Amino acid sequence: MILIIKGESSAMQPIIEIKQLSYRYEKDTVLENINMTIPDGSFLAIVGPNGSGKSTLLKLILGLLKLQTGEIHLFGKGISKFRDWQQVGYVSQKANSFNTGFPATVFEVVASGLTKKLGLFTFFKKEHAAKVNDALDAVGMKRYSNRNIGELSGGQQQRVFIARALVSEPRLLILDEPTVGVDAENVNSFYQMLGDLNTCRNITLLLVTHDIGTISDRVSHVACLNKYLHFHGETNEFEQFRNEDVSKVYGHDVHLLTHHHEHGGVVR
Amino acid sequence: MIQGLFHYEFLQNAFLTGIMIGILAPLLGVFIVVRRLSLIADALSHVTLAGIAASLLIERSFPIMAGLNPLYMGMVFSVGGSLFIEKLRGVYKHYQELAIPIILSSGIGLGVIFISLANGFNTDLFSYLFGSVSAVSRTDLWVILIISILVIIVIILLYKELFLLSFDEEHAKASGIAAKSIHFIFIVMVALVIAASMRIVGILLVSSLMTLPVAASIRLAKGFKQTIFLSVLFGEISVLGGLFTAYYLDLAPGGTIVMLAVLILVLAIFYKKIMIHKQVDIGGGVK
Repeated sequence: MILIIKGESSAMQPIIEIKQLSYRYEKDTVLENINMTIPDGSFLAIVGPNGSGKSTLLKLILGLLKLQTGEIHLFGKGISKFRDWQQVGYVSQKANSFNTGFPATVFEVVASGLTKKLGLFTFFKKEHAAKVNDALDAVGMKRYSNRNIGELSGGQQQRVFIARALVSEPRLLILDEPTVGVDAENVNSFYQMLGDLNTCRNITLLLVTHDIGTISDRVSHVACLNKYLHFHGETNEFEQFRNEDVSKVYGHDVHLLTHHHEHGGVVR
Repeated sequence: MIQGLFHYEFLQNAFLTGIMIGILAPLLGVFIVVRRLSLIADALSHVTLAGIAASLLIERSFPIMAGLNPLYMGMVFSVGGSLFIEKLRGVYKHYQELAIPIILSSGIGLGVIFISLANGFNTDLFSYLFGSVSAVSRTDLWVILIISILVIIVIILLYKELFLLSFDEEHAKASGIAAKSIHFIFIVMVALVIAASMRIVGILLVSSLMTLPVAASIRLAKGFKQTIFLSVLFGEISVLGGLFTAYYLDLAPGGTIVMLAVLILVLAIFYKKIMIHKQVDIGGGVK
């Protein structure tokens, strides 16, 4: 099944383009013939059960795993030739299993996101501090700047890690199960914050989750993955799809909330 | 002793070396402790012992080599050991801590063989094990000075990268930092500092100077820079205080330095406890 989105931004170069991607670990095929186009400015949720290949797909997009078959293009460039990793921010699932006793302030953690951008043998200056504060502001964590990272709650820590990814001013932000450490009552405001990053700062967001219920009223696009890409399109069309097919992907009925979006898009 | 400092070269050597070690060991120790690699220092110090023993054996067997400073051989072994640890950490990807006991026991095994070949312990070897104020020579002082300058420059230049690597190795690698090379440089520095420190605190106690001041400062500090600052401060107090006390009471300096560091650690733990209780009291029982 090939799905191509033609949204309002179809004239622009897509941020990510995936063609006929397959991946296997030894004998296990985890991804089979994935085709996907992620336009600039979209907020895409990749959903799927555990072991559906979501994390593998992310690792391939991030260049952490080597491509076996198929193609991935980032910002129009083949991934093996892509060098401009500053454009890509990544918040890993492991971000909230770091050493919580680590003696670093929130500010220091976020500043460490500039390490690669600054390069070797350069020092942190005032203008960089302004960037750190701006990133902390974007995730609503500025007043915790001088607290030790270990003193914060899981959700707050996750926000700090997003700020660390934001500080190098990426155009694409990739998040792997970002709400795992977030308390249930804070999940909503967490997605609100992500939505603001998407709309106010025009950052393309790609997040992986198995939490389709809460996510579907926030994102602009959904991709449903379980080895194969079962659905990839705008959120409002996802509802129709899931009535018929989600249980096939998940193997059981899933409770879903879907809200309609104003985006006009066509899925073929 | 203050007067002695002006009169006796060996006291000057010991003190100046002590000041430098008091900075270096906790400075590197911070990065080691937060990466949960505390035992690496132990492994490398035991490998250094093998190097010292080898050097003493060579001295005994080949009288021409009598002038050989055991410090050099210790460094060679220590750096070699650090490279082996890195290799082994690669081989046992899922049991990375396994590299440490392997290197540690190999170091002791080799050291003991060399010692027995050199016809057992002598006072010289004893001073390497437990440290000695009188053992530090002018040459040692110069070598340690060069190491100090080198290490401090490298830490300043690679501070960002070392911080990121310590805090989040996966992220460091994902963001394209030359994690392997930087870790390699770091571990070689650790090996050099361990070999350099053994004259004063002794091989068996080197690792404590890298970990105890850090353990105390982690309880108290806010942020990473403050952790480094407090660690170096505590390290310096332990070394200088320990050397004075050892000189006056005629104790082994290594042991005295370490016990002072332990004392600081205990005080830091209690201080933190008291502060937490106070906060709870002020907050009217509200946590």
